[in-house]
Amino acid sequence: MVSIKVEKLTKSFGDFTAVNDVSFSIGKGEVFGLLGPNGAGKTTTISMLATLLPATSGKAEIEGKSITSDQDGVRKSIGIVFQDQSLDDELTAYENMDLHGRLYRMEGKLRKERALELLKLVELEGRKDDLVKTFSGGMRRRLEIARGLLHRPKVLFLDEPTLGLDPQTRNKLWEYIAQLNEAQKITVILTTHYMEEADRLCNRIAIIDRGKIIAVGTPSELKEGIGGDVITVKSENPEGVYARLSKEKWVKRIEKHDGSVTVNLANAEKHIAGMVKMLDGLEISTLSVHKPTLEDVFLHFTGRTIREEEAGAKEEMRMRHRVWSRG
Amino acid sequence: MDIVYTIWLRSIKRYLRSKSRIIGSLGMPLFFLVIMGFGLNSVVEVPEGGDYVGFIMPGIIAMSILFTSIFSGIQIIWDKQFGFLKETLVAPVSRVEIMLGQTVGGATTSLIQGGLMLLLAFVLGLNLIGLTGLGIAITFMVLIGLAFTAFGVAIASKMEDMHGFQLIMNFVIFPIFGLSGALFPLSGLPEWARPITYLDPLTYGVEGIRYGLSGASHIDPLLCFLALGGFTVATILVGTHFFRKIKI
Repeated sequence: MVSIKVEKLTKSFGDFTAVNDVSFSIGKGEVFGLLGPNGAGKTTTISMLATLLPATSGKAEIEGKSITSDQDGVRKSIGIVFQDQSLDDELTAYENMDLHGRLYRMEGKLRKERALELLKLVELEGRKDDLVKTFSGGMRRRLEIARGLLHRPKVLFLDEPTLGLDPQTRNKLWEYIAQLNEAQKITVILTTHYMEEADRLCNRIAIIDRGKIIAVGTPSELKEGIGGDVITVKSENPEGVYARLSKEKWVKRIEKHDGSVTVNLANAEKHIAGMVKMLDGLEISTLSVHKPTLEDVFLHFTGRTIREEEAGAKEEMRMRHRVWSRG
Repeated sequence: MDIVYTIWLRSIKRYLRSKSRIIGSLGMPLFFLVIMGFGLNSVVEVPEGGDYVGFIMPGIIAMSILFTSIFSGIQIIWDKQFGFLKETLVAPVSRVEIMLGQTVGGATTSLIQGGLMLLLAFVLGLNLIGLTGLGIAITFMVLIGLAFTAFGVAIASKMEDMHGFQLIMNFVIFPIFGLSGALFPLSGLPEWARPITYLDPLTYGVEGIRYGLSGASHIDPLLCFLALGGFTVATILVGTHFFRKIKI
């Protein structure tokens, strides 16, 4: 049972191709993640699927409805939580819900029932008559999720749902999303640049970089795909490290990056002592052993890491904006 | 219609909640009324007769409606910047309905503002010349509200952020107000300057309200109605056109 089907979707802005020939399909009830650094094309993809941005070429269907020829059908089937907040600050939580219900032409009694039920679900029923401008970032997010679910969409889009939230709130939101998916059998497509988030929430992940999908699979498939444990050696002289280790039989895969070398191998614990001896005399700053993470997967496919500190200026601005609007 | 009502409801709720905005937008017209009206009352003679305060009252009412309505339309930019616009654009409703809701909402709030000024005019001694006259004045007030909210929406749909607002204020709103004959009798202008005031749609609004409140106007009230009515239809069409193409 397919919920979302995307074929060769492309979006260009002038010379710049933000989304390049992207294809994937998502089954009903799946939690699917688009994982990639800022500017990879995640939000652009979501905007096209949500009919907010026309695609340059390619096609997509959501619950059997085309994003080009049946926009209203698509809009009725989806709920969306945007990356930037989209609540009306001057209205109360309940009024925001009510307004949404009216926009989706829900009948009065049903609108009220569902709004109260969902506000309870996201633990905001006690604050339902307070103006949204008095809410914290986490409360706003929860309200937006509740609002996105009001008209019982078949598909829920979450664009960077936990961006700018503190770790506690983030954890709580993850629980909500997992619960929702379970209880409502709703298909969820979420974008994130947090590895941990993708790993924890998603049944399947598409790694996207520079507008292209570079790998798709379940988190464990992706991690196992790069081969066993990972040893990362940080060194001023990655070439030297590479040269000494690359001929060893137990090394499944070895890759040189800027200032570091990653080695994939089985049973890293057994080999670490021997490895330290082999690297004697080279400038080694750190040496770490860990189970592969999605970060390693991304590094393997792109040669770069997604790190929070890489978060561009745009995100920083956005966070600042959030802090303002909270105050 | 239900969607138009929904967007209208939102405008009204927001308006009634922002006490500072209600008071704030009464400030400027009151300022003009007191400074200009009472300040110049003794030195200015109106050719058609009557005192100057009574003469500029319709102009001041039109002014408060003009400012409030353009402002209501331009609010779309805030909705764009603070994200709420996306919520409406992703809903299964047509953009025409959203635009109309915004326009009717803005017209309603500006009519309330204009109504408050009208009440003030009665307090200050304006005599009602009859219910028909009042009806005519209110009709023109509604038209000004609709036309300039739609005008504001059209501008907002083309603007990226609020940086251009000062420019709009100085080169659009003030000239529209200044050239409208709100503060001076059109008959007092030199021949060459009159065509400019006739190009200003607000002129017909001010003259229409003036006719309703005093029974006399420089321009035929029917012509005023046709000119302002035509302008209203045109701005709604243009506003809708631009709003449909809005990009987020």
